[in-house]
Amino acid sequence: MKSRNLKAWLWLLPAILFLGAFMVYPLVDVFVYSMEEGYNSASQTFWGTGFYNFSYVLHDPYFLQAVKNTFILVIITVPLSTGIALLISLGLSSIKKVKELFQTVYFLPYVTNTLAVGLVFMILFKKTAYSEGLVNLLINAFGGSSVDFITGPYWAKMFVLCFYTVWVVMPFKILILTSALASVNQDYYNAAKIDATPPGRIFTRITLPMISPMIFYLVITGFIGAFKAYSDAVALFGTDLNAAGMNTMVGYIYDMLYGNSGGYPSYASAAALILFAVVLTITCINLLVSRNKVQH
Amino acid sequence: MEDRLDYEIIEKKARTRRIVKKTLIYFFLAVWALTVLFPFYWMILTSFKTYSAYNAEYVPKFFTLSPTLKNYADAFTAVPLGKYFLNTAIFTLLTTALMMAVIIPAAFAFSRLEFKGKDLVFTFFLALMMIPNELVIITNFQTITNLGMRNTFAGLILPSVTSVFYIYLLKENFEGIPESLYKAAKVDGTSDMKYLLKVMVPICRPTIITIIILKVIECWNSYVWPRLITDDQAYFLVSNGIQEIRENGFGRENIPAMMAAVVSISVPLIVIFLIFHKKIMEGVSRGGTKG
Amino acid sequence: MKVVLQHLTKRFPNRNKKIKEEVVAVDDFDFEIPDGKLIGLLGPSGCGKSTTLNLISGLETPTSGRIFFGDDDVTDLPPENRGVGLVFQNYALYPHLTVRKNITFPLENLKGAEKLSKEAMSAKAEEAAKLVQIDQLMDRKPSELSGGQQQRVAIARALVKRPRVLLLDEPLSNLDARLRLQTREEIRRIQRETGITTIFVTHDQEEAMSISDMIVVMKAGAVHQIGKPQEVYDRPANLFVAKFLGTPAINVFSGRVSGGKLYIGEDEVLSVNGVEDRVVWVGIRPEGFVLSKDGALRCGLEAVEVMGRDTSVVATHPSAASENIRAIISTENEIDAGSETVCFSVKPKKLFLFDVETEENIPFSC
Repeated sequence: MKSRNLKAWLWLLPAILFLGAFMVYPLVDVFVYSMEEGYNSASQTFWGTGFYNFSYVLHDPYFLQAVKNTFILVIITVPLSTGIALLISLGLSSIKKVKELFQTVYFLPYVTNTLAVGLVFMILFKKTAYSEGLVNLLINAFGGSSVDFITGPYWAKMFVLCFYTVWVVMPFKILILTSALASVNQDYYNAAKIDATPPGRIFTRITLPMISPMIFYLVITGFIGAFKAYSDAVALFGTDLNAAGMNTMVGYIYDMLYGNSGGYPSYASAAALILFAVVLTITCINLLVSRNKVQH
Repeated sequence: MEDRLDYEIIEKKARTRRIVKKTLIYFFLAVWALTVLFPFYWMILTSFKTYSAYNAEYVPKFFTLSPTLKNYADAFTAVPLGKYFLNTAIFTLLTTALMMAVIIPAAFAFSRLEFKGKDLVFTFFLALMMIPNELVIITNFQTITNLGMRNTFAGLILPSVTSVFYIYLLKENFEGIPESLYKAAKVDGTSDMKYLLKVMVPICRPTIITIIILKVIECWNSYVWPRLITDDQAYFLVSNGIQEIRENGFGRENIPAMMAAVVSISVPLIVIFLIFHKKIMEGVSRGGTKG
Repeated sequence: MKVVLQHLTKRFPNRNKKIKEEVVAVDDFDFEIPDGKLIGLLGPSGCGKSTTLNLISGLETPTSGRIFFGDDDVTDLPPENRGVGLVFQNYALYPHLTVRKNITFPLENLKGAEKLSKEAMSAKAEEAAKLVQIDQLMDRKPSELSGGQQQRVAIARALVKRPRVLLLDEPLSNLDARLRLQTREEIRRIQRETGITTIFVTHDQEEAMSISDMIVVMKAGAVHQIGKPQEVYDRPANLFVAKFLGTPAINVFSGRVSGGKLYIGEDEVLSVNGVEDRVVWVGIRPEGFVLSKDGALRCGLEAVEVMGRDTSVVATHPSAASENIRAIISTENEIDAGSETVCFSVKPKKLFLFDVETEENIPFSC
């Protein structure tokens, strides 16, 4: 019996070692860091313990800007992407011809490098000395005036960020919703058709309730994902996000850790814990709502 | 007779409505397909335009009559793009291989072996799935820095060789294999290791391939951790390379060359995707719905 | 409402794309279903009976042929305008709605002049629920009901809008044996009470025989026989119909007619008039055997199973198409289970002759 136990633990040993070193220990350590005031990376010393790091972060205008950006991004992109993905999935599930082609095309952004394609988006939206950029030319064609989406006004930059984020998260949502729709038994639709149910009612009374668990799943993961937005912003606005005023909460954490303004793991830890608390709260609220709403 | 007419009207209306609906749906789907494809088209197109032609076009053209490969040559010579590729390939290969070596035994232990504390450890593993990367990356950064592993492959790879989620996915799959097979193997005196490699792994090959593909995609696109841990160009991965190109360019703002670099680093994954698109999409939707 | 099917045909492209040839699901179905009758579409799985039902409901459109409800040609009418009620094999009850909401669902779709007030809907739902005796369960969700109860809800939902035709797809297949007996009586009763022309699909011949006014026996898309259940049983049009109806199944022998006598092997079984000399298939119903010491059919005795009212005799005969033949005789007949052979005479009305090639019934008189 003893040797059997030992053997089993041997099988688990690599996983436990790696998880211990790079998940469990850091998890404890992040709390320690967040409480160490005036931690110095080079000398690895600190002069006190307390909540100063949290207070510092919460009063840092860069952090507040990052929080504002992140919340705007979350509030706009999560409902928007879920809604459009739902429309597209409904469209996909009602056609037969070239359906697979559409599905494959829609999934393409999932496998592409966020940084690389972000660069293309930047080029498309950017206004330079030589060219207005393709998007601005389009705007001009419709009678609008050019806007610099990359280094211009805040709302323009936010628009590009939201647009790109939606573009990036769409494949996953379309995929999940399409398979959710496909898993609804066709008999329900046939029954509704025979009872002369109008399409709108079929959608609200049958389709939506049937796939509501998946929609809530997507909303929850969408919130979590959007709160962690970072590389999309980097791709569009460069690594110095604070200067561009487009930093996100995760970006703030990394900037505190490394780079020009880096070297402050304590502040980074405090910010990370704040982010975690926010995400946890939102997720809990989501779960509560979904428990009440999802019918099954 | 009047009834007949009514029916004809109803039938006709239904037919028209169907056609209009279909057209609208296809239009809508095509619009999104264009939105998805356009950036790809644009980067390929631009990468074939000459530097002077691109800059001369105040209104960018949607085609080019004199395609050039010079941008690709520039992309690979002006910056060490080839080196980035090699680094990324090494990083992807080692990370994926190491991860499989870690998660397959763990999944096997959880699915087939009986030992004290199994449920407790497994619950603990599942709990770790909730922990966001951002929370642990800070200490990992400090750890790797303190160990002097910045700008090494070890520093890049080690923190990402375990995935609780994949252990979970694989364990579920292993458990789907009838236990009687395991018992039969035991009766025949087959060792656990042989059983795992000769029976379980081949049976679960589809899942394992899915996991490998997903991990490869993740590795190829990883940006944050490599950025934190490398500042020596000799260890840059493609994502960091592209960001470096974006920030510092090719000495001057050479957008066609930039696009050539972007195309180069996007192509490998797109090719893999086009070959395995069914498997990848299936894997993502399975992974997604279970996670 | 009578339902007329004229040369109804449905072909599907083959699922295996390499095979160009289309699959014929329903082949030239021609039938007039009289008003207010209960019709059973009967056949083995894949015979096209469900496709026929879908054609009538409008969920599928026929490749050729017409469908009439009364005098109205409904062939190209979408299902929502046909006014049919359909009960699905798996019931297709909306899992997120209560029984009451499930039943009122079709009523809420009514538009214009037909639109009902909430009270009227509720009253109609109650009425339908009473008819199928589930009025106690109105506020439960489908998942809280037994299979039989779900079945009743599905019927109530199909009936509540007073359909012109009621269609039932394998209505009993998801129920256990006892419930099946009960529910089929129930379906018969509901059909009688409402007088709605009802068509139901089943692969269970006993089910079809027991409650239908008429049955339609189908195989591979083709209609083999239409008639009252007892007629079809007593005068099967061909070997397939004879084999498909009746439990235990009919016993089939190869035989020959020679000089007005029917021979099975060397045994002269019966004199048959009006049949020329030829080789035939002989079908004998299990209840068509009579135990008699000097019976013409000499069989090897395998086993005797006493089942209360009846005795089932398992025997062998060299000319039988299957390994064993089975005879059902009254328990009053004493039979020596130790004996090696057993002799039967045959009731002429329970014996049928079929052509060896076409398998069509060959009429004869004794």
